[in-house]
Amino acid sequence: MNKSKEVFFQGFIKENPIFRLVLGMCSSLAVSSTMIASLGMGMSVIFVLVLSNVVISSLRKIIPDMVRIPAFITVIAGFVTIVQLLLKAYLLEINDMLGVYLPLIVVNCIILGRAEAFAAKNSIGYAALDGLGMGIGYTIALLSIAFIRELFGFGSLFGFQIIPEEYTILIFTLPTGGFLVLGFLMAIWNKLATLQGKPKAQLNCHTCPVAGLCGENLIRLQKAGEVDIKSENKKADAKFEKLDKVDIEIDKYAKPNTEKETNQ
Amino acid sequence: MNTNLLYILFVAILVENYVFVQFLGICPFLGVSKNLKTAMGMSIAVIFVMVLATAVTWPINHLILEAYNLEYLQTLVFILIIAALVQLVETFMKRYMVPLYNALGIYLPLITTNCIVLGVVLLNVQSEYNFIESMVNSIGGGLGFLLAMFMFSGIRSRIDQSDIPEFLSGLPITLIAAGIAALAFQGFVGIAENLFA
Repeated sequence: MNKSKEVFFQGFIKENPIFRLVLGMCSSLAVSSTMIASLGMGMSVIFVLVLSNVVISSLRKIIPDMVRIPAFITVIAGFVTIVQLLLKAYLLEINDMLGVYLPLIVVNCIILGRAEAFAAKNSIGYAALDGLGMGIGYTIALLSIAFIRELFGFGSLFGFQIIPEEYTILIFTLPTGGFLVLGFLMAIWNKLATLQGKPKAQLNCHTCPVAGLCGENLIRLQKAGEVDIKSENKKADAKFEKLDKVDIEIDKYAKPNTEKETNQ
Repeated sequence: MNTNLLYILFVAILVENYVFVQFLGICPFLGVSKNLKTAMGMSIAVIFVMVLATAVTWPINHLILEAYNLEYLQTLVFILIIAALVQLVETFMKRYMVPLYNALGIYLPLITTNCIVLGVVLLNVQSEYNFIESMVNSIGGGLGFLLAMFMFSGIRSRIDQSDIPEFLSGLPITLIAAGIAALAFQGFVGIAENLFA
């Protein structure tokens, strides 16, 4: 019972997908200019996240490891298509507001990230709870960005005028406003996290949903000794060697650059 | 005709910059723009996949999906094509173009789940561009992404050297800098309208 509670609530604050895990940045910046669009996006993501988590969790023993990412993407794309059709049929207004970002839920890192990090390893019940919790956490984060942007940018909340229009600040409705509000909110979350002795939010390979596929991450794991190279097959060995060369080149390139900077 | 293509290119690179205005490809933009070499590798891989994906999805969309009224399958079909394409390119490069693979190979798997590629393909369909216009738009979008990555690899190495409050360092300051850059890109809207009017 305790575990299900923890699984459900961790997405709210402790592992909030936007402010802590830094997933799904594109959509959170794009649709957060109004509360209604944010709520529509949040609901769509909850729908897709819960159902895809359930399906992926129930298929986790059947899907071969090698093709798991394409399999996950196919499942997710199926549910996104369902949401698209439903919104087009019943909530055309929200469909138009979300525009191209609705089909882009397919590549939203939150969904693939949860599939890879949680649903593929846990039973159906926990996967559904995790999807619901993460989806609500995402919606809360979106609404908190949209609250500031809509209140100051349009002077309204959910379309109801609160501040007279002549006192609104245009910049909050522009893309700039999205970047700035998200940046400052994330700074506040970081501050609160450091006060509690937790690490700051970072975009790195621990949080990246496709980290398992990425060459750079493999290099890092290899260096940290977390991956036993000898147990991998020969092909992977060759890949590591090549990647190592790339990494050394990157290091070479980066060092003289920083020296120059400090000299100035 | 030619001014039309130029207009699409100009708009795609500057006015509707995929990173600063359309918010596509924010994850690689925040994650990989830390140094110039990786930023360039990632952007070139993105341009490559974007152009290839457009070249493949346009005929499929036009000749199969639209011809048989299957538009509702677009999302599903496009993402599968992109995933298969990326895998194919990776395998092909590994076998026949080893130097290129060493330079770009590590970024390719990441691009499958990158919203910029699916985004450009869907936007091409939405804007009802013909084949050449779609290709120009993809190239322009890719160059815009390259521009953003190039700018920010420089800006971020500067930020790393400067003394900023602890809680702002890292992602928040990068987002704020991106916000200011986005404001600068707003200025191109007027130029595009007057230049090609």
